[in-house]
Amino acid sequence: MNQAATLAAPPSLHPALMTRRSLFSPQAWLGLLVAVAFLAVLPMANLVFAPDHPLHISSYAVALLGKFMCYALAALALDLVWGYAGILSLGHGLFFALGGYAHGMYLMRSIGRDGVYQSDLPDFMVFLNWKTYPWYWWGTEHFAYAWFLVLFVPGLLAFLFGYFAFRSRIKGVYFSIITQALTYAAMLLFFRNDTGFGGNNGFTDFKRILGFDITAASTRAGLYWITLAVLFGALILARVITQSKLGRVLTAVRDSESRLRFIGYDPLGFKLFVWTLSAVLCGIAGALYVPQVGIINPGEMSTENSIEMVIWVATGGRGTLIGPIIGAGAVNGLKTWFTSVLPEYWLYCLGLIFVLVTLFLPQGIVGLVRRIMRHREERRV
Amino acid sequence: MTLHPAAERDAQSLTEGGPSGEAGYGRVRPAGVDTSHGAILYLEDITVSFDGFKALNNLSLDIGVGELRCVIGPNGAGKTTMMDVITGKTRPTGGTVFFGQNIDLTTLNEAQIADAGIGRKFQRPTVFENHTVFENLELAMKMNKGVRSTLFARLSSEQQDRISDTLALIRLTPEIWRLAGLLSHGQKQWLEIGMLLMQEPQLLLLDEPVAGMTDAETERTGELLNELRGKHSLMVVEHDMDFVTQIAGPGKVTVLHEGSVLAEGTMAHVQADPRVIEVYLGR
Repeated sequence: MNQAATLAAPPSLHPALMTRRSLFSPQAWLGLLVAVAFLAVLPMANLVFAPDHPLHISSYAVALLGKFMCYALAALALDLVWGYAGILSLGHGLFFALGGYAHGMYLMRSIGRDGVYQSDLPDFMVFLNWKTYPWYWWGTEHFAYAWFLVLFVPGLLAFLFGYFAFRSRIKGVYFSIITQALTYAAMLLFFRNDTGFGGNNGFTDFKRILGFDITAASTRAGLYWITLAVLFGALILARVITQSKLGRVLTAVRDSESRLRFIGYDPLGFKLFVWTLSAVLCGIAGALYVPQVGIINPGEMSTENSIEMVIWVATGGRGTLIGPIIGAGAVNGLKTWFTSVLPEYWLYCLGLIFVLVTLFLPQGIVGLVRRIMRHREERRV
Repeated sequence: MTLHPAAERDAQSLTEGGPSGEAGYGRVRPAGVDTSHGAILYLEDITVSFDGFKALNNLSLDIGVGELRCVIGPNGAGKTTMMDVITGKTRPTGGTVFFGQNIDLTTLNEAQIADAGIGRKFQRPTVFENHTVFENLELAMKMNKGVRSTLFARLSSEQQDRISDTLALIRLTPEIWRLAGLLSHGQKQWLEIGMLLMQEPQLLLLDEPVAGMTDAETERTGELLNELRGKHSLMVVEHDMDFVTQIAGPGKVTVLHEGSVLAEGTMAHVQADPRVIEVYLGR
């Protein structure tokens, strides 16, 4: 009987496999490229058209969108660990801030003597009576080295922290709480004046980046385009990873880690890989954020910031990649509008969004769209 | 220890005979399991105590290569704990567990034990519910399960054939692209057995494989296990006596009671044992 069944195995198995493994469907590619092209054109409307032209877009709007894209990159990074591997981090603000600080120090040092105190040292060091750079800021006047730190510091911290946490099989809410405690501890450390991170003012008053005037419209557009390109690249990278067998192992970690162990995978390496990658992406997001926003301070490590990231992901759609990007844009767009109209109620609104999403949109905005599309298709049938 | 002819043949195929294809007794792959003495698993004087309660009490047991061994026993006899010890989930308080002659299982973690060639089916079917049937089998397939090789893994057509063969064996070919979470209870059990087979284990541990199955599904599972007999060594923990009778045949049955072996022998022999009747069958 078994033999008969084996012979009857469908010959169609292989072609079916082929069609299932493309990165995006043609429609998704089209939508994605249109969205990227649209976003890429926006700064042109700022540069080309005069301020009184109807198609003009303000510098403020360009900077705002650039900021949102940094948030979207952080949300994408968080989704990789939370949406796919089921590791809820309440401390991604830390990696974001570390990337921001590393890049911020380069920006501080490229101010040169144009600061308030007209010293070779950054203003905060003069103000706090520092005479020399502490060892961890050595070499940060070099752009390339600062960027090395942007990648290396969040990555190393995540790797070490993750190694010990995952090896001890710390999971779920315990892991989340520890990430939050770590971030909070780091925030207290960065707040101090004697740790060399500029205290509660952080780093600000940047003048130039790689010799370009940081406030010039063309520099801003350049930063915007770089952010867009990085976000797009990160999306493709995340898609490649989640579509690979490794991606399926990650979702298996999320759904049934012990079963995975018993079929011969050690989850430690997989969790560590995606956790570290996520921290590095988040660090890049922070580094791109700082020149566009013009400030980095320990507030980025506050509990609320990390939790807000989780809400972006949940709102857009956990485990969907495009969802967190949409979620980061939607929630922050709303926040921008809300804080200009009813600033004191924003946190209530944010809480309400989270409750509503949890109750009614477990798959977020992307899940809602999918549901509507499926419903339509069924009605057509 | 005498072996079935089938088991003996298998013991040879499990060791590598070299390019000439000679029988490989005594010439075992260095990293593989050494079964040259005819047994695949040795448990010796295993004790597991939880806060003074001895879930296993000086349990000794060995399983021959290619054997299908049924383990029965009343609730709390230590059957599941024994499986936990073998698969590295629980460390024994005392005693030794060896896979073949050479692999000390008490020094390995779950993934390493699975990699060494022991597959385990849980009592409650545990499959990856958000993965398709195909993906479940693909994940389980024997191959390098490190991070990098997993990231760059591509299925060869040979591997695809293996998946489709296993699908046919567990009769889930029509469900290939279905999410495992949408399968019926019995189908999930089979999928889990299929996942074990994809690992190409030398020893399969099955914890109540027919729990919650319909009669037809139970019968089909019995057939499936009989097909595996001789190709793999199997240990089946079961409550369902009819099912045990169906699959045990002339093979050995071990009765556990309060963490130790109470009786061992053919089903008929065991059923006639007055102590077994008292603790288990008599209830």
